[in-house]
Amino acid sequence: MKFARPETLYDTPTHYCSGCGHGVAHRLVAQAIDDLGIRERVIGTAPVGCAVLMYDYFNCDIIECSHGRSPAAATGIKRCLPDRIVFTYQGDGDLAAIGTAETIHTANRGENITVIFINNAIYGMTGGQMAPTTMLGQTSTTTPDGRDVKLQGPPIKVCELLSSLDGVTYLERVAVSTPRDVIRAGQAIKKAFQYQIDGKGFSLVEVLSMCPTDWKLTPAKAVDFVNNEMKSVFPPGVYKDAG
Amino acid sequence: MNSTTEKLFIKGNEVMCEAAVRAGCGFFAGYPITPQNEVPEYMSWRLPEAGGVFLQAESEIAAINMLFGAAATGTRCMTSSSSPGISLKQEGISYIAGAELPCVIANIQRGGPGLGNIRGAQGDYFQATKGGGHGDYRLIVLAPATCQELWQLTMNAFDYADYYRNPVLILGDGILGQMTEPVKPIPYKPIVELPEKDWILNGCKGRKPRVIRTLFLHPSDALTQHNQHLQEKYQKIHQELKLVEQVNTEDAKLVVTAYGSTARIAKGAIQMARRKGMKVGLIRPIALWPFPDQAYLSALGTAKKILVCEMSQGQMIEDVRLACQCKCPVEFFGYGGGWYPTPEKIFDRIQAVYEE
Repeated sequence: MKFARPETLYDTPTHYCSGCGHGVAHRLVAQAIDDLGIRERVIGTAPVGCAVLMYDYFNCDIIECSHGRSPAAATGIKRCLPDRIVFTYQGDGDLAAIGTAETIHTANRGENITVIFINNAIYGMTGGQMAPTTMLGQTSTTTPDGRDVKLQGPPIKVCELLSSLDGVTYLERVAVSTPRDVIRAGQAIKKAFQYQIDGKGFSLVEVLSMCPTDWKLTPAKAVDFVNNEMKSVFPPGVYKDAG
Repeated sequence: MNSTTEKLFIKGNEVMCEAAVRAGCGFFAGYPITPQNEVPEYMSWRLPEAGGVFLQAESEIAAINMLFGAAATGTRCMTSSSSPGISLKQEGISYIAGAELPCVIANIQRGGPGLGNIRGAQGDYFQATKGGGHGDYRLIVLAPATCQELWQLTMNAFDYADYYRNPVLILGDGILGQMTEPVKPIPYKPIVELPEKDWILNGCKGRKPRVIRTLFLHPSDALTQHNQHLQEKYQKIHQELKLVEQVNTEDAKLVVTAYGSTARIAKGAIQMARRKGMKVGLIRPIALWPFPDQAYLSALGTAKKILVCEMSQGQMIEDVRLACQCKCPVEFFGYGGGWYPTPEKIFDRIQAVYEE
């Protein structure tokens, strides 16, 4: 078992809150990059949101994109440098609200990139507003009485949505809320990068992740929230694998 | 194809494409909108033929963000659109300017506001020269008047973009874009010594990782420092780029000023005035930013009045007034909404202003 810090992560503390899932997700992405020996070929995109500062943590080339547009920028990079490994790291507001069009069309073009999609069902950095993936009944600072299907519609299920697109190669939903989930998430992320290396096309790994601060839960309760609430609305599993 | 005797009979929109390809453009992303549809159509076959990448984006927003990525790899890249589509690109343009990425953006203007119409117009001068997107940034704005000039300025645009690490906007209009005329395809030759691109993202092999970003949170004055750096660059551009054509201004009592297609039409009107013995000249800004202020001050030695002609309700006139420093009356002739003047109409206005 490896407990050393991956080379793809700098030896520095992160700004993430206690119990946040970003730290684990970063570690898994970095470990996959290390394991595949691609760090010097990687260009990542940083999103608008809590992970915007990921270039302070990732020991590889990073471009910080405008809100929702990472898939478009990643398309530009990958088409210009097809032998480099390009990944986007996006939150739910970035990927499934403001950037919905870019997500769908990049996926449908089958762009040979890897998307790491962090779904924590809330807007983290702006202070806990409703996300496109906020669940029915879930409170946020803009759904103080809970998300109401009549007012805001139901949450968007990204893997299910994208699975209808013929251009997509690999879709898997994982979580980082239990050791078993973390191991599974690491395998999925590595597979998504491997598919890109093999030129197989568009891969997306959705990571159900904790946001104790904006859920107003303790880190331990936030883990329970993922396991008991989120997994029933967003069931983990492989939604497409055409690799 | 590159022989010096070659002559093309080619549409403005396609002139821009062919010049871009020969200047080494390796990536184009765009979205259809009239009157610039020939641009993505031409690029869709010509760019791959030359070894480049063409992408029809799902939106103008996606197209400009594809450029954001392509430019970050150091690839010469371009997008084009027309007025409403350029509005959609503004957020991306702000990011590209903030991140100091070189790219070329063409606006083949149509009538506005809103959906407007599809005829040539010049209603986007403010948007092009005063920002358009958010934040303190500047675009280098080039305003070709003929297809031949469009050829040259398109090539130059890539050099300016790379030299200054700044987006360059080609501000054309539907008349220029849709006009077919003979063009001598002068071979591409860099107009400046181009710096090495030691900032690109291509994987960190053999070097430290690089970051391209526009967020500056720490330390607390980081964004102020970044803005200061940008302003110093803009001042340098302002000092170095003086792109203007002057016709018969040496003895002109009245100076007509116009850019792009309007300036070309105004030249005919000035010839008519000269034939009638009227001392009329023309100042044609070729760059709209940086604006050639000095040309106006110089002309004021003899000129008593300036007449600004635009295919808009009057936008460049504000910069002309500033350049003239209230030292002479500045008159206006123009309309908005996809109208263009004839030389006779401009001449009528010249005559009226001249005799006042």
